Amino acid sequence: MEFFWTTLWPLIVILAQSVLLLVILLVAIAYILLADRKIWAAVQMRRGPNVVGPFGLFQSFADLIKFAVKEPVIPAGANKGVFLLAPLITCVLALAAWAVIPVNVGWAIADINVGVLYIFAVSSLMVYGVIMAGWASNSKYPFLAALRSAAQMVSYEVSIGFVIITVLLCAGSLNLTAIVEAQNGPYGIFSWYWLPLFPMFVVFFISALAETNRPPFDLVEAESELVAGFMVEYGSSPYMMFMLGEYVAIATMCAMGTILFLGGWLPPVPYAPFTWVPGVVWFVLKAFFLFFGFAMVKAIVPRYRYDQLMRLGWKVFLPLSLAMVVIVAGVLQYGHLATAAMK
Amino acid sequence: MIAALFFYLFAGILVASAFMVIASKNPVHSVLYLILAFVNASGLFVMMGAEFLAMILVVVYVGAVAVLFLFVVMMLDVDFAELKQGVLQYLPVGILIGGIFLAELLLVVGSWVIGPGVPMAITAPIPTGIPNTEAIGLVLYTRYVFFFQISGMILLVAMIGAIVLTLRHKDRVKRQSILVQNARTPEMSMHVVKVRQGQGLGSNTAGGNSTGSNP
Repeated sequence: MEFFWTTLWPLIVILAQSVLLLVILLVAIAYILLADRKIWAAVQMRRGPNVVGPFGLFQSFADLIKFAVKEPVIPAGANKGVFLLAPLITCVLALAAWAVIPVNVGWAIADINVGVLYIFAVSSLMVYGVIMAGWASNSKYPFLAALRSAAQMVSYEVSIGFVIITVLLCAGSLNLTAIVEAQNGPYGIFSWYWLPLFPMFVVFFISALAETNRPPFDLVEAESELVAGFMVEYGSSPYMMFMLGEYVAIATMCAMGTILFLGGWLPPVPYAPFTWVPGVVWFVLKAFFLFFGFAMVKAIVPRYRYDQLMRLGWKVFLPLSLAMVVIVAGVLQYGHLATAAMK
Repeated sequence: MIAALFFYLFAGILVASAFMVIASKNPVHSVLYLILAFVNASGLFVMMGAEFLAMILVVVYVGAVAVLFLFVVMMLDVDFAELKQGVLQYLPVGILIGGIFLAELLLVVGSWVIGPGVPMAITAPIPTGIPNTEAIGLVLYTRYVFFFQISGMILLVAMIGAIVLTLRHKDRVKRQSILVQNARTPEMSMHVVKVRQGQGLGSNTAGGNSTGSNP
């Protein structure tokens, strides 16, 4: 009996929590996808999906059923094992990142000390889904697209890493909960890190677009030159897994931006009516605000050319974020001298 | 109990995938098994409580180094079946060399004794009560700052060397400078002409920009 309470019970609790999180996350993804299409349509003065259910609310579920009952086609020349492993890896890794994301005080499945590094590590693994899919398809366009997008994802990871370091320097911890708590100041929205680290917030947002292969950096699926990117040979449920992994990764990036720069679950005004609202509501609102930014960028900005994309990553963002790391570290270390001198 | 279970899980997969790295026929599969081995090794690090090392292992080795491996292996057009043909022929030599190497390793490791004063002399005292990221940071940037900087310098030199060796500035390649492009004004690249009906451009744009005549 003691064995049950000490070892099995925590395991069951963690499993139940994970299932709960997954269910909520997947339903949220279904509606994020719909929101993406609706926002895109609204910008172009279309209606968007509006047939399935009231206002098209069940469109994503209809798509899910369609993908699930379609016959998966595996090309004869494909490397079968890797071909089927690639979408699984994309999907599982994207979901795995959510294990450490706190949506409220203590509402994380694993509140680990190196939460930021964990998310960074998992998102750096996402590139394998792309490379494996491109190689295993054994076809020209997927291979070219995979090489291209792997280079893109690796490049923008560098600047995301430096952006994260500036936030870590300010917060003094790698724990996501501690990072949010470090932004809990008397000025509410103005004590979050987006204000002091505004250039880094912009760099993070743009790098997140590139990291998740969203427009204007969707060179991965530049349909005019590469047919449809590394997923050309995929259909039905393997394709759906790529799609799901992609949108979960976008949601992860929005959550990351919320935690690092927008104060996580903290209310924007730290006084009475706002503090009554549960933290998770603020978290979802902020994450959705970032996602709205993603969707608007998709609707407004034309696609980048590949060499411009690489130039932006290596020649603009990398030096900028590197300089900011030095500046932020310097201000944190010697800032008190300046304030002392002013007095 | 659970910890032991996970240890054997990670360790077993690690050893098996390490074996598959050398045993699998397809080199891309080898690299993928190598990645699996890295990930399991980082799982072992987590079990030892070295969470920082575990994450850095994944970020650096799996997220960056192995990607480059995979790039290179995927693009190589070597007939690996041909390479594997002589396996039986070379097997005795391989086993001999491997055996000698193993014996030497066993001899060295078996007779290895660390002097009693050495661990105290080379390591900093391990602080308690702080996460190990912080603990590493505390000694890395104070006690071992010179070693840290020197290793950074070595990496920098290697990086610059690689760039210098591979950078070719070809004159024939068309390049564009974003600054120059952004500095362009309509006057620099556009030439507005009024086309008279029935006369065309011949009379009023002598020596003008021919591309400006496109409707």
